[in-house]
Amino acid sequence: MSNDKVGAVLVIGGGISGMQSSLDLADSGFKVYLLEKSPTIGGAMSQLDKTFPTNDCAMCIMAPKLVETGRHQNIKLITNADMEEVVGDAGHFTVTISKHSRRVDETKCTGCGICTQRCPVEVPDEYNKGFKLRKAIFVRYPQAVPSVYAIDKDICIGCGVCSEVCGAGAIAYDQTEEKMQLEVGSIIVTPGFDEFDLTKKRKEYGYGKYLNVVSSLELERMLSATGPYGGLVLRPSDGKVSKKMAFIQCVGSRDRSIGNPYCSSVCCMFAIKEAVIAQEHNPGLEATIFFMDMRAFGKEFDDYYIRAEKEHGIRFVKNNRISAIAENPNTNNLIINYIEEGELVTEEFDLVTLAVGMTAPKDAKNLSEKLNVDLNEYNFCSTDILFSPLETSRPGIFVGGAFGAPKDIPDSVSEASGAAAKASSVISSERGKLVTVKEYPPEREIGEEEPRIGVFVCHCGINIGGVVDVPDVVEYAKTMPNVAYAENNLYTCSQDTQQKIKEKIEEHGLNRVIVASCTPRTHQPLFQNTVAEAGLNPYLFEMANIRDQCSWVHMREPDAATEKAKDLVRMAVTKARLNSPLPKVPIEVKPSALVIGGGISGMNSALELSKQGYEAFIVERENELGGLMKRIHHELMGEQKDIQKKLKEIVMNIDSDERIHVFTNSTVKDVSGYIGNFKTIIDHNGEDKEIEHGIVIVSTGGEEYKPSEYLYGKNENVLTQLELEEKMAKEQKIDANTIVMIQCVGSRTPERPYCSRVCCTEAVKNALNIKELKPDANIYVLFKDIRTYGFSEIFYEEAARKGIKFIRYDDETKPKVSDKKGIEVKIKEQFLNEDLVLRPDLLILSAATIPHTDNTDLAQILKVPLSKHKFFLEAHMKLRPVEFATEGIFLCGLAHSPKFFEECVAQSSAAVSRAATILSKEKLFVEGTVSSVNEDKCTGCGTCEMVCPYGAIRVDMEELKAKVAEVLCKGCGTCGAACPEKAIDIAHFTDIQLLSQAIAALKEGST
Amino acid sequence: MKAFEPKIVGFLCNWCSYAGADLAGVSRFQYPPNIRIVRVMCSGRVDPLFVIEMFIQGADGVLIGGCHPGDCHYMEGNYHTERRVKMLKKVLAKSGLEPERLSLEWIAASEGERFAKTMRDFTEQVRSLGPNPVAGEKPNLLIMESLYAARNAVEDFRLRTLVGKELALVEKENVYDEKIPQERIDELMENAIDEELVRTRILLLAKDKPQSVKGLADKMKVPSRDILKHIVTLRDRNLIRLEGIEGTTPMYLAQTQEVEA
Repeated sequence: MSNDKVGAVLVIGGGISGMQSSLDLADSGFKVYLLEKSPTIGGAMSQLDKTFPTNDCAMCIMAPKLVETGRHQNIKLITNADMEEVVGDAGHFTVTISKHSRRVDETKCTGCGICTQRCPVEVPDEYNKGFKLRKAIFVRYPQAVPSVYAIDKDICIGCGVCSEVCGAGAIAYDQTEEKMQLEVGSIIVTPGFDEFDLTKKRKEYGYGKYLNVVSSLELERMLSATGPYGGLVLRPSDGKVSKKMAFIQCVGSRDRSIGNPYCSSVCCMFAIKEAVIAQEHNPGLEATIFFMDMRAFGKEFDDYYIRAEKEHGIRFVKNNRISAIAENPNTNNLIINYIEEGELVTEEFDLVTLAVGMTAPKDAKNLSEKLNVDLNEYNFCSTDILFSPLETSRPGIFVGGAFGAPKDIPDSVSEASGAAAKASSVISSERGKLVTVKEYPPEREIGEEEPRIGVFVCHCGINIGGVVDVPDVVEYAKTMPNVAYAENNLYTCSQDTQQKIKEKIEEHGLNRVIVASCTPRTHQPLFQNTVAEAGLNPYLFEMANIRDQCSWVHMREPDAATEKAKDLVRMAVTKARLNSPLPKVPIEVKPSALVIGGGISGMNSALELSKQGYEAFIVERENELGGLMKRIHHELMGEQKDIQKKLKEIVMNIDSDERIHVFTNSTVKDVSGYIGNFKTIIDHNGEDKEIEHGIVIVSTGGEEYKPSEYLYGKNENVLTQLELEEKMAKEQKIDANTIVMIQCVGSRTPERPYCSRVCCTEAVKNALNIKELKPDANIYVLFKDIRTYGFSEIFYEEAARKGIKFIRYDDETKPKVSDKKGIEVKIKEQFLNEDLVLRPDLLILSAATIPHTDNTDLAQILKVPLSKHKFFLEAHMKLRPVEFATEGIFLCGLAHSPKFFEECVAQSSAAVSRAATILSKEKLFVEGTVSSVNEDKCTGCGTCEMVCPYGAIRVDMEELKAKVAEVLCKGCGTCGAACPEKAIDIAHFTDIQLLSQAIAALKEGST
Repeated sequence: MKAFEPKIVGFLCNWCSYAGADLAGVSRFQYPPNIRIVRVMCSGRVDPLFVIEMFIQGADGVLIGGCHPGDCHYMEGNYHTERRVKMLKKVLAKSGLEPERLSLEWIAASEGERFAKTMRDFTEQVRSLGPNPVAGEKPNLLIMESLYAARNAVEDFRLRTLVGKELALVEKENVYDEKIPQERIDELMENAIDEELVRTRILLLAKDKPQSVKGLADKMKVPSRDILKHIVTLRDRNLIRLEGIEGTTPMYLAQTQEVEA
C-alpha cells in the first residue's frame, strides 16, 4: 500500500446515516467531506413526523445533529453536488465532484427567506409529497442545513424579484457548475433508499387514480405538524377528516413478480406508528392494518405492537395480502376484499395507506459504476454480509444505512458509526493530520471590571427592520446602565460585521457582548467564536431573539414588536451583566478500553479498537472466548459459512494482537471513575486485578432460553434450534423423517413479551439444512408470524418452495404437544380451519434469546439502566443506540437486544467508533455550564442523585455531601431545581441570572 | 383607561419548545406580543421559586414549555417539571391566585403552529383572569402575603424533597424496593402545602413583632390549636423562638435570619 495516506474521508449521502458517519469521524480526528446530491442534508428522516417505538418527534431529535453537522469545523458540506469519478486505492483516493449551480451564493445567503416570500412561481413541494406548494427559490424544510436557498432553474421564470429583495446580495443567476477534486483516504457510501415506485408497478392499487389512496410517506407528511394539514389526516378527494382508514402492507415488498422478493423491514412498524399517531390526531379514527406477518422484530417493537392493539384499538387483520383496491365513485371511498376466519369479506374505507417498500436508490447503478463497487441483484450494495457487513467489494469503500439492505433508523445509525470505524481504521495513522485546531488569542482577564456591554442590533435586511424600529432599539439600549456601546447592522451575522464586532470590543474595552437578532440555537456559536477571537470568554456573550420572537410573529403590530424587542434586549443586558467567564477544564484520557464479554461483539470490539490504535482489555467470564458463537456452525448468507473455522481465526487474531489483553475466568467486581479515567477491579481466576481505562464497552451477550414447555428435557427428541444445529454439525446427517419446529418458545409470551428476532431465520436455516441432508424429510414450522426480514425473506421463500410447511398459530391456538408412543403435536390449520395431528421424530423448539443473568449486577456496578426485559438500555433508542447516557460507557450485541451476527459485528464496530471520539483525544474539555454544590448548604439527602439521569451528581457517603462529576454533567439544571436545600446552582443559568432576566421582562426599573 | 395587556413570562427549554417558538417565527405564525421568553436548557431547570417570584413581581401569567413526554433531551427532566407544576398549581390556589395563570405546555421542535396557538390561547386565558391582583397601584395585600409565604414554602426543604423524589418514589422504587402509590404522595403533598403555607405566614407575621397564638389565629383565620401545633414544629426547626410571656400569653418571634420576605 502506498505511504501517502490521507487523513480525510468522503461520505456520500447526507441523511441520518451520512451525518452520523461524518460526526463520528470529524470528532475522532479526521477531515470529512459530506457530499449530498440535494441542496439540503437531512434525508428521509427529515420528512418523518414521529419515530417508533418511542413516538419521538423526528425533527426534535434530529435537529441538534443537523446543526452540529452543519457547523462542525472538520466537516465540509458539499451540497447540490454529484460524485463523478474515483481513482486510487484504499488510503488514498482522488475524487472528482461536480457541484451544481444553486444560483445562490452560499457564503452570502443568510437563510432569511424573504426571497421565497416574494417569488411569484409555485410548484408542488416534493418534501411535502406534493400536498403543499413551494416556490422556485426555496429551501427543502424550515430547519434545513445549510440554511441556504436554491433556485429551481427548471421552473424559475427569471423575473429578478428575488435578487431585488435580497438584502444580502446572495442571488447569483450566473453561477455555474463547479468541478472540484478531493483527496481522501477512504469513502463511506450512505445514499439511503428510494420508495417503491407506485406509478410504474402494482397499478391495481389505484395509486394516482384514486385520490384517497396514499403512500405511507404521504400519510407521514399529513401527520406532521409542518405538513399540509397541520397534523390532521384529511381525505385528499374532499378534505374531510378521515374516520376509517386501512393500511395495506407489503406494497412493493415480498413480491417476486415485480422483482422485489425481499422484506423492507420497516413498514410493519411504520404502519403501526402511523395508525397510532393518526388516531391521536383524528380522534375516533378506526384504523385497520392488513398484513401477512407482523414483523415487529426490533427492541421493544412487540410491546409497541401489543399496545397498539390493546390500548389504541388498532385492528390487525392477519393472513391477508390485499391485491387490489376498487373505488366507490360516489363517495370516493375505497373497497377492499379480504379473508377473515375463512370467509371473504368486503369492506369500505375512507382512506387507504399503502405501506410502500424500500428499494435501492434510483441512481444506485450509476453510483456503483463510478465507485466500482458491486451491487446485489436488487441493486442494494453488496457486502460479505456475515463478518464484514460494512465493507463493499472495493477495499477502502464502506457502506452504511439502507443502501446495504432495508433497515430502520437505529440500525442505520449503528451501521453508519460502524462504517466510520472501518473507514478510519484504514487511515488511523493519519488521525489528526488534516483537521484544523483553531487557535484563539489568550483570554482577557476581566476580573472585577465593571461590565461594559456592547449591543449589536440586526436589521436582517427587512426581516427585522421591516417591523421592528431597529434604530429606536439601539437608542434604547444606549440608555441602559453598563451599555458602553450600541449599533445596528444590516446583517449582524455577515463576515464584515464579525470583524466590526471585534474592532468595537477593542475600541470600547467591551467585556460583554449582546447580539439582538435571531435564534441562539443556530447563531450563538458563530458569535461566541467572534468574541473568542477578540479575547473574550464565550460565556460573556448573550443573544436576544428579536426576529423569531418579534418581527416574524408580530408583523402587524410594529409598535408592540418594537417594545417587545426592547424588553428582550433589556433582559439580555440584565443577564449579561451577571455573566462570568467559564473555564473549560481539561481532563486526561487513557487511550484504552475495557470490553466486558468475549463473544463475537466483544472480540470484534477489541479488534476494531486495536486497529484504531487503542488498547483493549477483554474480561470474559468463561474459560475461553467465543460466547454463543461457539454453538453456531453455519449461516445462510456471507462467504464464509463455516462459523467455527472463522471463530478460530478471530481468536488467533486476538491472541497475536499486542494491544489486546484477554482475561478469561474473570468478572467485573467494581468500576470507579468516569469518562477518560475509569478504574476497574476484576476477579481474575479468584484474584483481584486492577485495570485503568478510558472507556467501557458492555458486550455481555445473551443466552438461549431453556424451555420448560413442550416436553423439553423430558423427551430426548425434543431439542432447541441451537442443539439441532450442533447435532447436525457433529453427525453430518439427520435420522428423522418428520420434523416439527415450534417458533416463539419463550418469546412473545406474557412473561417475555419481546421477539427474539433471529429464531425465524434460524428455523428456516436449519430446515433448509435438513433438506440438504435429507431431501425427502417432512418439515413443519409452526409460527405466530414469520419474521425473516430484509434479505432473509429470500430463504423463507426458498424453504416454502422446497416443500417446508409453515402453519400459523395464535396465542389462543398454541400447538398441543404430548408424549404418546412418541411425540404428538396437535395444531389448528387456519386456512382450512381444521385440526392437524403431527407425529414428528424430532421436535425442535425455537427458544428465546434471553439477557444474560449477569446483566443485573453489572448494571448496578456501572450504574447504567436495564430495559424492562433486562437487556441494557441505551441512551436513546433511535439516535444513540450504542451508548449509555453515562458518558464513556457503550454497549453492543446481545447485551442490547437479540440480533444476528452481522448486526453484532456492525454494532460493535459502531461502539468502537463512538468510543474513538473520546479515545482519540488526549484531553477532554468539560463545558462550563455545569452544576456546582454549595457544600455548606448540602445535607447529603440524595434528591439530586435521584433526578440526575447521567449519574453526574452523587452523594459522597463519607462526607455526606453531593459531588458533581463535571465531565458527566450536561447542564440541564434539574438537580438545581430539585435540591431541597437550594444548595445547587448551574453555571451560566444560575438562579440569580435567570431570575434577574425574567424580572427584567416585567419591570424596567428593576434592572 | 388603557386596555389590559397581560404580561407573560415564558421559560422554554432549548431543545423543543424554544425550537417550536423559532419555527413559529420561521413560518410567520402570528400570535399576541405578550410573552417574554427566557431560554433554559431544560424545563427541569425551572425552580418552583422562579414561578412564585414571577407572580410576586407582577407577572399576569407564567408559561413553562418543555419537550413532549418521552422526548426530553435530558431523558426525564420534563417529568420532574410536570410534578413541580402540579405542586405549584396547588400552592397558587391555596395562596388565592388562580392556578390557570400558570401553564405547562409540551411543544415539539416541529410544532410552530402549536406554539403560536398556545400563545394565543394562553394570552386569552390570562386576559380573561384579569391583572395579577398583587401587581399595580393597589396590590391585594392578603394575596401578596400568601405569595411571600408560598415563596418560602417552595424554598423550604419539605416540599422540595417531596416533589424532588416524587417521580422516583411513584414510578421506580423507594429504599425498601417498593413503589409509593400516587394517592399517598398527593395526600402528603396536599398536607405539606397547607402546613408550610401556614407556617411561613406565621414566620412572616412574627418576623418583626412577637406574636401570640391567639393573635396569629385571629389574623390568619386559623384555629388556635392548629397555630400552636405549627409553632411547636417551627420551634423544633429553630425558626421561631419564645420571646417572652406577656401575662399568661407566650409571645413568639421568628428567627429573622431564616426568613426573607
